[in-house]
Amino acid sequence: MIRDITIGQYYPADSVLHRLDPRLKLSGTLLFIISIFLFDTFYGYIAVTVFLVSVIKMSKVPLKYIMRGLKAIIVILLFTMFFNLFLTQGDVLVRLGFLKITRQGLYSAIFMGIRLTYLILGSSLMTFTTTPNQLTDGLEKLLSPLRRIKVPVHEIAMMMSIALRFIPILMEETDKIMKAQMARGADFETGGVIKRAKSLVPLLVPLFVSAFRRANDLAMAMEARCYHGGDGRTKMKPLRYHRIDYFAYLILLIYMTIVIAISVIENRLPSFL
Amino acid sequence: MDMIKTRDLTFEYIRRDEGGNVESINRAIDGVNLDVKKGDFIAILGANGSGKSTLAKHINALLYPTEGAVWVNGLNTAEEKNLLEIRRSAGMVFQNPDNQIIATVVEEDVGFGPENLGIPTEEILKRVEESLKAVGMFEYRKQSPNKLSGGQKQRVAIAGIMAMKPQCIVLDEPTAMLDPEGRKEVISTVCSLNKLEKITVLLITHHMDEVIYADKVFVMDRGKIVMQGTPREIFSRVDELKKYRLDVPQVTELAYELKKEGLDIPDGVLSIQELVDALLRLYP
Ligand SMILES: Nc1ncnc2c1ncn2[C@@H]1O[C@H](COP(=O)(O)OP(=O)(O)O)[C@@H](O)[C@H]1O
Ligand SMILES: [Mg+2]
Repeated sequence: MIRDITIGQYYPADSVLHRLDPRLKLSGTLLFIISIFLFDTFYGYIAVTVFLVSVIKMSKVPLKYIMRGLKAIIVILLFTMFFNLFLTQGDVLVRLGFLKITRQGLYSAIFMGIRLTYLILGSSLMTFTTTPNQLTDGLEKLLSPLRRIKVPVHEIAMMMSIALRFIPILMEETDKIMKAQMARGADFETGGVIKRAKSLVPLLVPLFVSAFRRANDLAMAMEARCYHGGDGRTKMKPLRYHRIDYFAYLILLIYMTIVIAISVIENRLPSFL
Repeated sequence: MDMIKTRDLTFEYIRRDEGGNVESINRAIDGVNLDVKKGDFIAILGANGSGKSTLAKHINALLYPTEGAVWVNGLNTAEEKNLLEIRRSAGMVFQNPDNQIIATVVEEDVGFGPENLGIPTEEILKRVEESLKAVGMFEYRKQSPNKLSGGQKQRVAIAGIMAMKPQCIVLDEPTAMLDPEGRKEVISTVCSLNKLEKITVLLITHHMDEVIYADKVFVMDRGKIVMQGTPREIFSRVDELKKYRLDVPQVTELAYELKKEGLDIPDGVLSIQELVDALLRLYP
């Protein structure tokens, strides 16, 4: 089950999306997320959906694979929808004992569900089509102006890329430790929340020990390969914009214009919820 | 000039309590003198805890001597300004293949070293291609390291070192976590780098059957070098090896016992074939 977490994983394929510049994909993802949270009009969502679906199609990442990322957040998703559904004030539609569903609640639950789903789909699509190295290179480049105010941009980017590299390894390890402890009678599945949380302690301890050992080894291996921070470092694959990237920026611009236009036309001012 | 030279190298792991007082001192290396010539294939044998890794880390300037000194290519490792040049010219491959691969794509990992050295992009690409070809992993260049076998990961790690154009590679038990197939892959890669690319190799291991290709073998025990010689010389001293808690290959031990019983068998038999030949000569 732990393997279902596909967020942050790279899916190698040969698609236009894979070839785009990571800076573009990062800013594109950011704009996309803004677009889903800025508007809540029906046609606005159709535009967003069309955009997302066509980008997914273009990515050549199997839909099933992308959807798996949702499994990881299904609890959060249901939770959010539940609270929106029952706790929003407004015109009552149904009453279930002390709970009531309002029209506004229904809408906001649906919108919230769609937003969260799209948020995960959009951002995991970015990581599926961008190698962690590109991703962090892009981030480093985009954030590099912050260096002037002493933000350690290179270090942050390096930390991110290492985290992404070790996620699958640590997942596998968690799985292994879990199975080893289940074989010896540990029980992770039954009991209340507290009992389950307690049963995780013997899982986390060996996991942390191993993570620290790995971190230590890795730091040594990096030093041995002459790593000494970002100064004087060159790039094997320096980021360079190509014509297709400018084209993609144009499409993004058009997309944003359309979404804003729709929301203006539907005469609802941007509302944050 | 020697590739690696150590004089009276001593290193102590010092453990301190919270107040900074010395709690315990562990002398991991004790007066080691080592001379490795350019182009040599050296093996270092030793049981667990005998100080092999500590020694290896000195050659890469990851640790500094408590006493004595280490020179790599004539450069003293204790001098800060030599650091990068030493690490470039004496690359290091570690035991755990997972914990030394930094990138998520094979070729990007191989490029990591040259990137750190500030090599221009074109040159990095060329080096990555050459090194991946030298270890036979070129066709995997676009893959994720997680999908590779242990032996393949170690070969990628070796390529990552090769891309820095080192003169020497130190391998610290590179096969300890591998299956027999992976071990063979790695050892034959190392041998071919030594023969074809004239890279000086320092192979650290506790598998005795991996040292038979070496020009010279050092045996370590409790921080000291206790034996040295050609593989054949070392293999002929079975009793001593056992004293240092090393697993002598079965065929070597069998030959040794037979010889002790009075059979006319040469010293230090390294392979089954050799013993078979010797026996056939006795009993044609
Ligand atoms: N980081 C460390 N801190 C304290 N003692 C250590 C450390 N690393 C190794 N040692 C000790 O130093 C000795 C030599 O260890 P090591 O060089 O790892 O041996 P080998 O690689 O031959 O197994 C051992 O007694 C070990 O316990
Ligand atoms: Mg060791």
